[in-house]
Amino acid sequence: MRMEFVLEIARVVLYVVGILAFVGFNASYLVLLERKGSARFQLRHGPTEVGPFGLIQPVADAVKLLCKQILIPKNVDVILFFMAPILVLLPAILCMVTIPFGATIAARNFNLGLLMVFAFAAFNVFGILIGGWASHNKYANLAAARVVAQNIAYEIPTLLIVVAVVMVTGTFNLQEIVAQQAGGFWRWNILRLDLNPLQPVAFLMYFICLLAETNRAPFDMVEAESELVAGAYTEYSGMTFGVFFMAEYTNIVLGCCVATVLFLGGWQCPFGLVPGPHWFLLKMYALCFTVIWVRWSFPRVQFYNLLNLSWKILIPVSLANIILTALMLKVF
Amino acid sequence: MRNTIQEIISGAYSLAVGMKITICNLFRPTVTLHYPHESATMPARFRGHVELACDPETGKPKCVVCMACQRACPSGCISLDGQKSESGKGKVLTAYSLDFSLCSLCGLCVESCKFDALRFSKQYNLAFTRREECTFNLLERAQVKK
Repeated sequence: MRMEFVLEIARVVLYVVGILAFVGFNASYLVLLERKGSARFQLRHGPTEVGPFGLIQPVADAVKLLCKQILIPKNVDVILFFMAPILVLLPAILCMVTIPFGATIAARNFNLGLLMVFAFAAFNVFGILIGGWASHNKYANLAAARVVAQNIAYEIPTLLIVVAVVMVTGTFNLQEIVAQQAGGFWRWNILRLDLNPLQPVAFLMYFICLLAETNRAPFDMVEAESELVAGAYTEYSGMTFGVFFMAEYTNIVLGCCVATVLFLGGWQCPFGLVPGPHWFLLKMYALCFTVIWVRWSFPRVQFYNLLNLSWKILIPVSLANIILTALMLKVF
Repeated sequence: MRNTIQEIISGAYSLAVGMKITICNLFRPTVTLHYPHESATMPARFRGHVELACDPETGKPKCVVCMACQRACPSGCISLDGQKSESGKGKVLTAYSLDFSLCSLCGLCVESCKFDALRFSKQYNLAFTRREECTFNLLERAQVKK
């Protein structure tokens, strides 16, 4: 009994440290990938000075952010002001608990894993709203209001798409959803046309919603630096801003993880050979790269078009997707 | 309805085209230079500050101290001095100073020189903290360059 208890504690500590390290590593090196990628997309070099090929740049960035003074403007609600970045980062880290990186690598194998991920992911917008509100700044307030409208608009199609996937898989357990997709890439949910001919479209819509949910360009209404200074982050400096930044990238990683699990077969190999965490990471980072690629390809959409895209196109199509899935399940 | 579907399809197509353009850029060589480590080569007709052209055989400036450039300069930024050469024929340049803070790079001095002894340099990395630094000793510069 006692031995088991010690082992359980050790397991928890190991996973907490592991997940925190994973989150920190991703946040810092995805920023580098973003900077390098954006530079290469625009025929520039990107950071090259710190370390070989600029590989130590994230460390320099982190040191800079940590050393910067944290300015607190007048009339700021200090408690909310400092709570906001934590409220944005924490749910993203929490969701990592249930992501299955491999057949045996998952901190907790919840039966309701998928539900938990989306329950906590919805919290993200709350943190940004609090941050914008507490900043006592008109730009931050405007950005926060826009983000709420945006996130509500995009949460609905995301969940509708996920509901369709869950109807197919019949479970909320992420580990089981991956296990069902074993045996080659034609068994992945994205290509299960026998279950629902709209599955690739559903994946595409999920990806669009992922961009909007994580506030990435072309849907980066939260920051919108050309319109609202730095949006909800206007008054944040130093590491408080750094935490918001980390949260953004952690949310991207989380969204890509969920997309990999739901549509791309998780840790399954496309050809049925050597399944394992390497496949998961490969697919996940390919998606992350696509997120960056999209950011540097398209300009920011207008706010009304953003809402129109969700309410007029994504929600009707995802509803049709659910009906179609239901029909296919009933008929076949 | 039909219009909407058409719009979605054409929009998606144009997005795909955009993404293709950026991914192609990813594999193209960069156009920027690593500035402090590399610097751009200036085109042939670039006008930097003037410099003295040297005779490739003797390595000495070709200038014969005719003063044409000093006279041609509308801003009066050139001043030069020479002395009788040891062989007794012609003059040898002893000092050539250019006040670059006055120079407008009009090129009249280069045009006026009948001996091709003046030309535009390709120098563009010029920054000064004091006014005196804007006055170049071109004779020294020509010798350093050599």
